[in-house]
Amino acid sequence: MNIEVINRFDELIDECIETFESLDFPEARAWKSAEPGRALIGCFPVYAPVEIFHAAGALPVGLAGAGNRLEISHADARFQSFVCSIIKSTLELGMVGKLDDFDGLVFHSICDPARNLASVFTRNFPNTRVEYVHFPQRLHSEEAVTYLEREYRRILDWATATTGRSVTDEELRRSIALYNAIRTGIRWLYDFRRAEPHKLSTRELYALVRYGHVAPPEKHLRLLTHAFDELQRREGKPKDRARILLVGSFCEQPPLDLIASIESAGCYVVDDDFLLGRRFFSADVADSRNPLRDLADAYVNHSVDSSVKHDLGHSKAEALVARARAYDADAVVVLTAKFCEPALFDYALYRKAFHEAGMPHVFLEFEEKMWLFDKVKTEIETFVESLLFT
Amino acid sequence: MAETAYQGRLHLLQKDLMSQYYGELTASAEGSGVPAAYLLIGGNPVELLRALDILPVYPEVNALQLAVKKQSLAHIQAAEGMGYSTDNCAYVKADIGLYFAGRKTPFATIPEPSLLLCNYVGCNVYLHWFDHLAEYTKRPTFHLDIPFIRNASGRPSSDDMAYVLRQLEQLVAVCEEIAGKRLDPQRLRRVVELSSQTGRLWSEIKHLTKSAPAPYDAYFDSVTMMAPLYCLRGTEEGLTFFQTARDEYAQMAADGKGPLEREDFRFVIEGPPPWPYLRVFRDMFARWNAVAVASTYSTVGGLWEFGFAHDPDHPMESIAEHLLTWNLTNRNFLQRYDQIDRYLKEWNADALVIHSVKSCRLFSAGQGDMRDYFTQRGVPTLLVESDLEDPRYFSEAQMRTRIDAFFESLAHRKLTAAAGA
Ligand code: SF4
Ligand code: SF4
Repeated sequence: MNIEVINRFDELIDECIETFESLDFPEARAWKSAEPGRALIGCFPVYAPVEIFHAAGALPVGLAGAGNRLEISHADARFQSFVCSIIKSTLELGMVGKLDDFDGLVFHSICDPARNLASVFTRNFPNTRVEYVHFPQRLHSEEAVTYLEREYRRILDWATATTGRSVTDEELRRSIALYNAIRTGIRWLYDFRRAEPHKLSTRELYALVRYGHVAPPEKHLRLLTHAFDELQRREGKPKDRARILLVGSFCEQPPLDLIASIESAGCYVVDDDFLLGRRFFSADVADSRNPLRDLADAYVNHSVDSSVKHDLGHSKAEALVARARAYDADAVVVLTAKFCEPALFDYALYRKAFHEAGMPHVFLEFEEKMWLFDKVKTEIETFVESLLFT
Repeated sequence: MAETAYQGRLHLLQKDLMSQYYGELTASAEGSGVPAAYLLIGGNPVELLRALDILPVYPEVNALQLAVKKQSLAHIQAAEGMGYSTDNCAYVKADIGLYFAGRKTPFATIPEPSLLLCNYVGCNVYLHWFDHLAEYTKRPTFHLDIPFIRNASGRPSSDDMAYVLRQLEQLVAVCEEIAGKRLDPQRLRRVVELSSQTGRLWSEIKHLTKSAPAPYDAYFDSVTMMAPLYCLRGTEEGLTFFQTARDEYAQMAADGKGPLEREDFRFVIEGPPPWPYLRVFRDMFARWNAVAVASTYSTVGGLWEFGFAHDPDHPMESIAEHLLTWNLTNRNFLQRYDQIDRYLKEWNADALVIHSVKSCRLFSAGQGDMRDYFTQRGVPTLLVESDLEDPRYFSEAQMRTRIDAFFESLAHRKLTAAAGA
């Protein structure tokens, strides 16, 4: 995709979508083949320390399943029916050769299926280097930062062994600065949509963020800058719509059409947690003399709430209600991947908090492989209507 | 078919000890003044609690007892009424249902926790579970963050070890506060010594099933020994129980006796049992004279049979080792393949049965790959699905048909092999 020569914003969005919907990772592969010695590292959700891979000379590529564009014909013999779809589609991508160009794959301690998937990849793909990051769950403690710094050192060693390059602190700091700029750009887009949701649809916002999952970060930053300029010029009038906050889709992703249909049902999305890992920090990662510690500190002390983080020292559910209020949301839509235990557990606490706070909500489940979601759509429409007419 | 009688002297002793333990829980709930800490089975660091006279309470053990007594469903449904999903681990739902029903069970009244000790050992559901309990009970919580085994050597790094030791020091301080006294190093030493001897006996017991016939069923009878192993490890009574168990089973092995009249098949079993249908499930194997000679489930709380024992000279380090390395839950999935491989070979088994439970994705997610691995190696492998806690997922007729078909073909295989020999 050539950002500079596409001049219409909607075409740009379509190109982004085409890029990330392809199961062939076209931009990532083009980047890799442009120079010898380049490597691709696939990062399973939710959050991955992409700076480390980037500094080591690899392109960190976000894995986000295969949506409804790949038939699962091998992986469902490995993972049972009661396991979420992204686990199976990611394995299927590997089994049909779509991950052959990846030099390494990284999984994280987000849930038990992802944990076991790392092992299944290790066994079935002996030529791909598989790594697993254990994120601390004893947050807000100094030793958690120290622990994670050491964990990142280990991951850095793994990354450099994968790419065959050594990394200086200076290079790490440059990568952090690059991704800080991207995260700032994404935060800006989210703020923009919240303030003027009639000028930036959720489908567009999603496309702009998700493009960064599969393209070089330098290029993603250019795209975000371009979008920034475009959006400043955009015009439009706000419509009378319900403002909703959406949670629960931080890992497996709903089909794009389902995302779009939420807004077309008659609401504005004031916040969501799609691809949460791409804006996992509430502020920039610090820039001190110890970049790995800065990254660790950002995770432990400055990352946003998520269903895969625990021991937060505050109630996630109450914080969610407070955020919904602060964003002037009329309601919350809880949209979780089927069989996603982290999201499903959180829902039980959210529900209690919603009731206590008198915050309307609807709970819906999706699967990335869904083709038909009339039912979900109808439920959203009915819910939105109930909000508008009460 | 006549009912098979499985209950031996040991089962009765276990019952006595467990009802004593549950009596202490009830007393604590009713105001005995003994503080109780909730903790999880995975690599449980019970020694620290015992050394400070804090009662260990395992919500998992309570949940499974409810299931065995066919009391789990109402609690599960109550939790689902609160917003928990049919797809959430049913142990958690049964426990939360029980909590809101006043913590009264047919076997005990479960005390409110003075401490929620979330020993995060592998299972990510543990974290959700104790976060939720923290919200509901508003009691102090301690998250013990145990880095998962994530390298090929299967050993924790020195960084991981240091991280855990540091946390254990902090945990001691928290427990001292709750107990209202300082940790006496001599007392800890003694508790760890008891734990060490218990572990050695347990390991000996596990190796006894290498004899043919196996003197007991390493799945259905092991579960009888698991509750004392967690609830009473580090106490004198706990040790006596395991001495009795070792003596009884060693005698049976010497006499060539087993749990069934005949032993036609020896299998390894992977996965937790279907607690609500434990007896029915056991009969399905017994009618084929099939005995489990090893089980992965019996290693969730600790893996002793491959050489681990607590070290009274280094109590904290060995508690850390236990949490990090010597239990099934903190090990990666491929280490489990190796564990099963060892059982198959060293315990001389004919087959592998995988009981895949919906609730526990730590165990089950990916068991299809496990089946593929063992089938490729020529191990007859059967995978059946149900649940460990939720009776709605046990389909008796279907389960029986699958198990019958499997053993029928195994019998056929044996016959043909014998004819060919
Ligand atoms: S969708 Fe949920 S259950 Fe599935 S891999 Fe992601 S976090 Fe785990
Ligand atoms: S998922 Fe498994 S290990 Fe975790 S709490 Fe549930 S039954 Fe226990």
